[in-house]
Amino acid sequence: MPDPRTAILGRLRAAGDSGPLPALDTAVLERRQWPAAERVARLRKGMEAVHTEFLDATPTTWPAVVRAFCDREGLKNLLFGPACQDGAALAAAWAPGGTQLMPYDRPVEAFKQELFGEVDAGFTSTVGGVAETGGLLLMPGPAEPRLMSLVPPVHIALLRASTIQDSFWSAVKALGWGRALPPNALMISGPSKTADIEQTLAYGVHGPKRLIVVLVDDLA
Amino acid sequence: MSPNSCGSAPVHAETEVHFRDAAAKALLDPQLRANFRRAMDGLITKRKAQFPDPRDLQDLRDLSTAIRSRSLLNLPELLEQFEANCTKNGIKVHWAETCEQANELILGIMQAKGAKTLVKGKSMVSEEMHLNAFLESKGIEALESDLGEYIIQLDGETPSHIIMPAIHKNKDQIARQFSQKIKDAKYTEDVDELTAMARKVLRQKFLDADAGLSGVNFAVAETGTLCLVENEGNGRMSTHVPPLHIAVMGLEKVVARLEDVAPLYAILTRSATGQAVSTYFNLITGPRGAGEKDGPQEVHLVILDNGRSRIYADPQLRATLRCIRCGACMNHCPVYTRVGGHAYEAVYPGPIGKILTPQMEGVGVRHDLIHGSSLCGACGEVCPVEIPIPEILVRLRREATHEDLGSAVAGKGTGRTATEDWAWRLWAGVTKRPTLYRIATWFATRFGKALPAGAPLIKNWTQSRTKPVPARRSLSERMRTEGGPHA
Ligand code: SF4
Repeated sequence: MPDPRTAILGRLRAAGDSGPLPALDTAVLERRQWPAAERVARLRKGMEAVHTEFLDATPTTWPAVVRAFCDREGLKNLLFGPACQDGAALAAAWAPGGTQLMPYDRPVEAFKQELFGEVDAGFTSTVGGVAETGGLLLMPGPAEPRLMSLVPPVHIALLRASTIQDSFWSAVKALGWGRALPPNALMISGPSKTADIEQTLAYGVHGPKRLIVVLVDDLA
Repeated sequence: MSPNSCGSAPVHAETEVHFRDAAAKALLDPQLRANFRRAMDGLITKRKAQFPDPRDLQDLRDLSTAIRSRSLLNLPELLEQFEANCTKNGIKVHWAETCEQANELILGIMQAKGAKTLVKGKSMVSEEMHLNAFLESKGIEALESDLGEYIIQLDGETPSHIIMPAIHKNKDQIARQFSQKIKDAKYTEDVDELTAMARKVLRQKFLDADAGLSGVNFAVAETGTLCLVENEGNGRMSTHVPPLHIAVMGLEKVVARLEDVAPLYAILTRSATGQAVSTYFNLITGPRGAGEKDGPQEVHLVILDNGRSRIYADPQLRATLRCIRCGACMNHCPVYTRVGGHAYEAVYPGPIGKILTPQMEGVGVRHDLIHGSSLCGACGEVCPVEIPIPEILVRLRREATHEDLGSAVAGKGTGRTATEDWAWRLWAGVTKRPTLYRIATWFATRFGKALPAGAPLIKNWTQSRTKPVPARRSLSERMRTEGGPHA
């Protein structure tokens, strides 16, 4: 008896291909193009429709905007990635007192209980956004671990308007994701949700209950 | 049963399963019908709103169909490329011909790591394998974490819809169930409170689980990536929190490039739940990398055949494998909406189940399923990858009664019954002989009316319809006497 892999591939090969490959007409994807300002408006509309909240900021004010939000909401602490450029900038601007900045700087095994039980919010950067449907593109990694955008009840994400792409399709091409991907990359369009009980929408079923986008206007 | 099917399936005994009886029973349950009708109406409306421009919809369908067809044409090569890239990325790839093999593989992977608890994201392939029952028989707890799956697992039920597994239940039923089955839970019909209860229980499970399991929506050959589409975040929890992640997929899931995934994803969420985008679109390309502080230490992938390579061998039936499991065909099916998902007694209900299940388990065993359709065509019309479900149903009906069509269909010819055979033979004998045909129609037109509605065979038709009354004279008779171009 051949091993399953050989047997399966053998059967597929024996079936042989039939006919030429059909052409791919991507015109419907190429039609999705907007000027920069409209991309911002579309992303915002799409994401607000699924309960994402937006805070407006500029390239210089955004750390203060994050801080003001944390104070207003009375957050106990905010998880951030100290080795990430935006995380470092946030820490540099953070005044003592009030919401505590909490670095995600050790393996999760060292503070799993704390992460699940004690953290109020997580702050992450993004590598882009998607205008067509609304969505943030994230590339977690050593500087910004995966669970920061998932486990805390509030996720605050920094998005620069200039990084918003037309569609997921154009983003994949612009970011070169088809050539190389880190172990984890993702798109997020809103807070965690479900409609499994009688088709009624409920937020925060497993992931964050709130998604806050700090939108930096850097288009000028 | 075919050698490739899941012999351990609890719902399928060696005997034929009767969709007809189960459907008749379901029709008597007004609550069930109301639950499905409301849900399906909602999904149909939301899907429609996502496709305001018919040209865009058709272009997107054509593109998606072409992408899936190309993937299938190159399937063995793409699978090899995908496997090589996964391996390069540190994902361990395993192959299984049958559900039994896949179950054993997963058990082995878990045992090697000493894992005793498994928390699951939604995976229809794991339902196909009856993985939960298998693991539990080996002393391993397998807990569903998708809210819908969690709800039905509490009651020991199976999904009634591939996207919305608990759609057959309403709020009151879930409220009662939670108050009885969740420790310290109070009775509430508030959906937010019910959701919060499940969140609390499941958070602890994610935290404690030794391993997590997920399905795969798309597998990308060029990068060796597993794509996961979800709204709840339980998929991310199951795949990123436990130290071990095991993914399972049917071998047809692979596509060539990440670019190809974009249109498939766009049409999947819109067709499924009428969403332009899901909350999360997760791309997993490896275990915890160098310097990473979280993510699983090991990622394993089990690629399952379970009859798919046999389906693949047939040029017409191969289209079945284009399916992206959006569920639109069930949402739009008049039969599904009335009888609900459980009546099919199959992992995949509705139109896609009607063509997939008989091909996996044998057309004879699931003979009733291929006949449980009015062939109205709604499924084929909404399918985002243009699977000609009605045509495949007709083909399978033929396969079920003929073993000599030269195909590889499992159980072909085993659905043949003596009565049907006899009826067709009689019909053929009469229509081939003009004199006999004339005599038969003479009798039918003169005495057909007198035939009681409760007569055998006729009864099946007249149960829910009025008995047709034959014309007083047949057409050919009138042509002869009244004249016509060929009289
Ligand atoms: S057959 Fe078509 S409509 Fe039905 S689940 Fe599959 S892709 Fe969706």
